[in-house]
Amino acid sequence: MKIKITILLLIFVVVTTAFINKNNLHKLTYLKLTIPKGWPKPTANIFANNALTEEGFQLGRQLFYDGILSKDGNFSCAGCHQQFAAFASFDHDFSHGFNNSFTTRNAPGLFNIAWQKELHWDGGINHIEVQALTPITALNEMAETLPSILQKLKADTSYIRLFKNAFNDGTINSQHLLKALAQFTGSIQSYNTKYDKVKRGEAAFTISEAMGYKTFIANCNNCHKEPLFTDLSFRNNGIGINVKAPDYGRMGITGIASDSLKFKVPSLRNCTVTFPYMHDGRMYSLGKVIDHYRNGIDTTQSTLDRFLRKRIVISDQEKVDLISFLMTLKDEALIKDPRFQQPANSRILPSHQ
Amino acid sequence: MRIRVRNIVLYALFCTCAPFIINAQLNKSKPTIKITFINTINQQPLVLATEQYTNCHNETFSISKLKYYISNISLQNIGKNNTSERNSYHLINEEDSLSKSFSFFIRPDQYEAISFLIGVDSIKNVSGAQTDALDPLNGMFWTWNTGYIMFKMEGTSPQSKKINNKIEYHIGGFGGINNVLRTIKLNLVKAPIIITEQTLTEILIQVDVDKIWNNPNRLTITQTPVCTTPGTLAASIADNYATAFKISKVISY
Repeated sequence: MKIKITILLLIFVVVTTAFINKNNLHKLTYLKLTIPKGWPKPTANIFANNALTEEGFQLGRQLFYDGILSKDGNFSCAGCHQQFAAFASFDHDFSHGFNNSFTTRNAPGLFNIAWQKELHWDGGINHIEVQALTPITALNEMAETLPSILQKLKADTSYIRLFKNAFNDGTINSQHLLKALAQFTGSIQSYNTKYDKVKRGEAAFTISEAMGYKTFIANCNNCHKEPLFTDLSFRNNGIGINVKAPDYGRMGITGIASDSLKFKVPSLRNCTVTFPYMHDGRMYSLGKVIDHYRNGIDTTQSTLDRFLRKRIVISDQEKVDLISFLMTLKDEALIKDPRFQQPANSRILPSHQ
Repeated sequence: MRIRVRNIVLYALFCTCAPFIINAQLNKSKPTIKITFINTINQQPLVLATEQYTNCHNETFSISKLKYYISNISLQNIGKNNTSERNSYHLINEEDSLSKSFSFFIRPDQYEAISFLIGVDSIKNVSGAQTDALDPLNGMFWTWNTGYIMFKMEGTSPQSKKINNKIEYHIGGFGGINNVLRTIKLNLVKAPIIITEQTLTEILIQVDVDKIWNNPNRLTITQTPVCTTPGTLAASIADNYATAFKISKVISY
């Protein structure tokens, strides 16, 4: 009897071990997105079907900084989304793409994407995982195709290793490529600005910043809602059509006339480094933007936002204070975070313009 | 005491092995049903590129590409209960004969109807990067306005005034008034059909592609040779191709 029990126990151990091994080909280091205290719950559950891991993040980081995703090897994601510009294109109205082309819209900063259900200025993208397909395949951006990228990745020993590390079966396919990129971009967060520190009681506004905050609450917070500094809605802010580069924004996605000239309200976080402003980058300074809201609005447009129909009154002193408040929204921690920097073994400079 | 220990060990052994046994059982299930799509024009099997056709508006055309999604396949038994194929997403590509036929296991029963969606259900349109039939690699995914192209047909016609006399229908849109998803329910001929574990039953579905121009909405190549964005035209085209599907034969092997 004793022998029988021993044999049964042995079988049990062998089978259990086999079962455990089958499900854990290798260990993954699971990570969690930070939900800052007092913030709303992320609206887009971006990691629901894409478990965030250190290995996936690092693969995504490598891909983000690699020109391998573009046709001629010159354009990485980071070429237009630069960390020092909070992952926007620094000092460029339009970004540069394949074969000396220009993009048709200003590259937005990338952060707090877990709170965004719709991506792009027109909200045309409904999930971060499929966002990368746009710049990768656009002829005026990276001009590459998925089959070609996969072929290049499969021939690269370091990527074979990175995909094996990041995903259980190690397959190099479009799904894993896109999920890895989403792990990197979805992890970029901004919640450590001076404003955040003031809110947490770790710092204090100067008098000018405090006055500017009051002006902000009174005039801007309807659309650039705290703590994301955007309500993520689509609005016509009265800048009017750019006749040299006509763009009707949201209407191009919904096909609804009342969406004409509406664009996503951009976050004001890091706005001192994401200039120039507006979907076509037509305004180069915060002063110009405030002047637009004070007296530049074209009130004849039928789809103009209701908050802008009544004239916004901001005095010159209030303007100065408002700008000093906006400067408190710069997130040095994000801009300098080594986790998001170009990996040391990356093959091209991210500052390629 | 001894017996108790043995029982616990046996129980533990069973719990550990059960998932394997169940898995093995599932993998062993032989397909019982095969579905084949036959694309036709004027009741003749479609020939890509080389063949010239005439539609009901007397417009001549040829087709170079025809691809569409069939998803959420379900069979209805005589008690009106539905049995669905698991993970049911298929891309039918006229160019690739293997794609036009597929088989899967469905519970033995007496079935009288089959239903499916032309296109990819809205959930998969908003759930990020997919793989296999739904891989964006298949060229059936819009990158500027997220969503699957549910139905794609390309060709040429002298009646088209677009560049290179192109005909190009990329039909998509899954939300609100722009929704082009159409559910098709077809009654099986000589129903009910009896599906058993020992037999393979093939359902042949004929798709009269030329219906795209006349039923129920009258559309001409002259006026609408191209449709590549979601909207009312795309919805009208979807209404038309939704009438193209019919059961041609059911064969048991």
